[in-house]
Amino acid sequence: MAFLEVQGLKKVFPGAAGRADTVVFEDIGFGIERGEFVCIIGHSGCGKTTILNVLAGLESPTDGVVIMDGREVAGPSLDRGVVFQGHALMPWLTVLKNVAFAVKSRWPDWTRDRIDAHARKYIAMVGLAGAEHKKPAELSGGMKQRVGIARAFAIQPKMLLLDEPFGALDALTRGTIQDELLRIVQATHQTVFMITHDVDEAILLADKILLMSNGPRALIAEVVENTMPRDRTRNTIFNDPQYYRIRNHLVDFLVNRSKLYQSGAGRDGDRHPPVLRPGLDEAEAPAAAPGRQGEPPPLAHKPAALVVNLR
Amino acid sequence: MFTRETLRAALLSLVFALAALAVWHFATVQPERAAAADDEYAQLMGRGVRKSDGFPTPAQLGEAVVQHLSRPFYDNGPNDKGVGIQLAYSLARVAGGFTLAILVAVPLGFLIGMSPLLNRALNPFIQVLKPISPLAWMPLALYTIKDSSVSGVFVIFICSLWPALINTAYGVASVRRDWLSVAKTLEVPPLRRAFRVILPAAAPTILTGMRISIGIAWLVIVAAEMLVGGTGIGYFVWNEWNNLNLTNVIFAILVIGVMGMILDFVFGRLQKLVTYVE
Repeated sequence: MAFLEVQGLKKVFPGAAGRADTVVFEDIGFGIERGEFVCIIGHSGCGKTTILNVLAGLESPTDGVVIMDGREVAGPSLDRGVVFQGHALMPWLTVLKNVAFAVKSRWPDWTRDRIDAHARKYIAMVGLAGAEHKKPAELSGGMKQRVGIARAFAIQPKMLLLDEPFGALDALTRGTIQDELLRIVQATHQTVFMITHDVDEAILLADKILLMSNGPRALIAEVVENTMPRDRTRNTIFNDPQYYRIRNHLVDFLVNRSKLYQSGAGRDGDRHPPVLRPGLDEAEAPAAAPGRQGEPPPLAHKPAALVVNLR
Repeated sequence: MFTRETLRAALLSLVFALAALAVWHFATVQPERAAAADDEYAQLMGRGVRKSDGFPTPAQLGEAVVQHLSRPFYDNGPNDKGVGIQLAYSLARVAGGFTLAILVAVPLGFLIGMSPLLNRALNPFIQVLKPISPLAWMPLALYTIKDSSVSGVFVIFICSLWPALINTAYGVASVRRDWLSVAKTLEVPPLRRAFRVILPAAAPTILTGMRISIGIAWLVIVAAEMLVGGTGIGYFVWNEWNNLNLTNVIFAILVIGVMGMILDFVFGRLQKLVTYVE
């Protein structure tokens, strides 16, 4: 059994009077190993954030269970740190106090000095040493998000949940923070579940990428394993031929195949989505994709020239 | 500190004030009448003697201001007290009623804001009770409390309650979900969440309510004291009206205005203290 096990997750939003209920997603099942970095990609409205909220314990699913470390997830817990989309810092507290608030929640018995020292360590880790006494309003968007990351890491959760943490940032800042996150995660072997819209971000960060079909009645259509070496960086990633194969596969899914599942095609009651390794040469891994879509995905796009805006 | 703009605004204010004083002066000053043929006759007719009960000139008011402010705290019996003492009585009543109102409004507003059920259940009562003029409660208060001074405090309590209550409930109900989610994922216990997350988040709205409340309380105390009598700046106004001393009435009006401004300024400062930039 994986460290985090999601089984048969389903979410139904009741319709307004007289209208049918909306099944956002159903039959969602996947596992995350300890120390694994998992990204989930899908179009808006497929319920990614709802899944993350269920993992966080902030929302309860209509059906299905989430089991972490052998225990069922029922309600929020300090075992799972969350980085929110809109940073969610408390604007009346300084950077230090924001992080210290979380630290104090985790270890209520610690002395003030110890709490502050611990908080400072994590603020320094995200490169914000010197900004401890600034209020969030004095920080740039990227810095705010870093504080959010420091706050989540500071409680040393068993698992980190990131809801599109870099969505609102400009491309340059996003790159820098991605590098930092990668460095921190590699150093701490943190287990991470992250929502993203950005294919490159997913390839850079994730060990495993969950592809969600379009909602309503979304499901996890495929699991793509990232076969690139784990010491990849933003600068070297483009030299690896695997990168283009994976990227192609993901973009093709988002552009062409993600909507196919809505009509019912591909729904065969099989709760386990196929695991694919598009990064490897087809000759190297012929049997890697034993799922229902055995044939290799069509590569219809020239990768280098392809720019897709998913927003 | 003094930019050109503020300096010019201050100058303009001064010009307006002088203009108003001039208009007032020329409207009220009594022209020296041609001396009557017979001084004795003029005296009999009440002419030639400076009237003390007419509408005062600015100069007369100035005299009164100096006179009152030089002896603010004398006490010559029930109907002759220094304006400082009267003001202190009013402020004490306002402070009492207002403090009681805040002690009720903030915790109750917290509950209403946190519980949509309670909000719906109590809303009809609030909507009916809110528009009632606080003075309408006076007879009931006098009958039940049987003490005019305490009844005044009660009236202040009632009128301060609603803005503070409604604003607190609104502020608490509209705390950003993100912050509550943070508190939830950090397993923050309810009391700590109330004091460390919800209270600071709602503080600007709560303070706005308190600022409105203190403003209304200061409006109402004058009317209430006119009604119950005895002491206070409102009673002072009524008493001087009965004395037909308009100079003192105008002086009291000025004092009421300045005091109201100070109260508003203090709460404005408090509001600024808890306001945060998102």
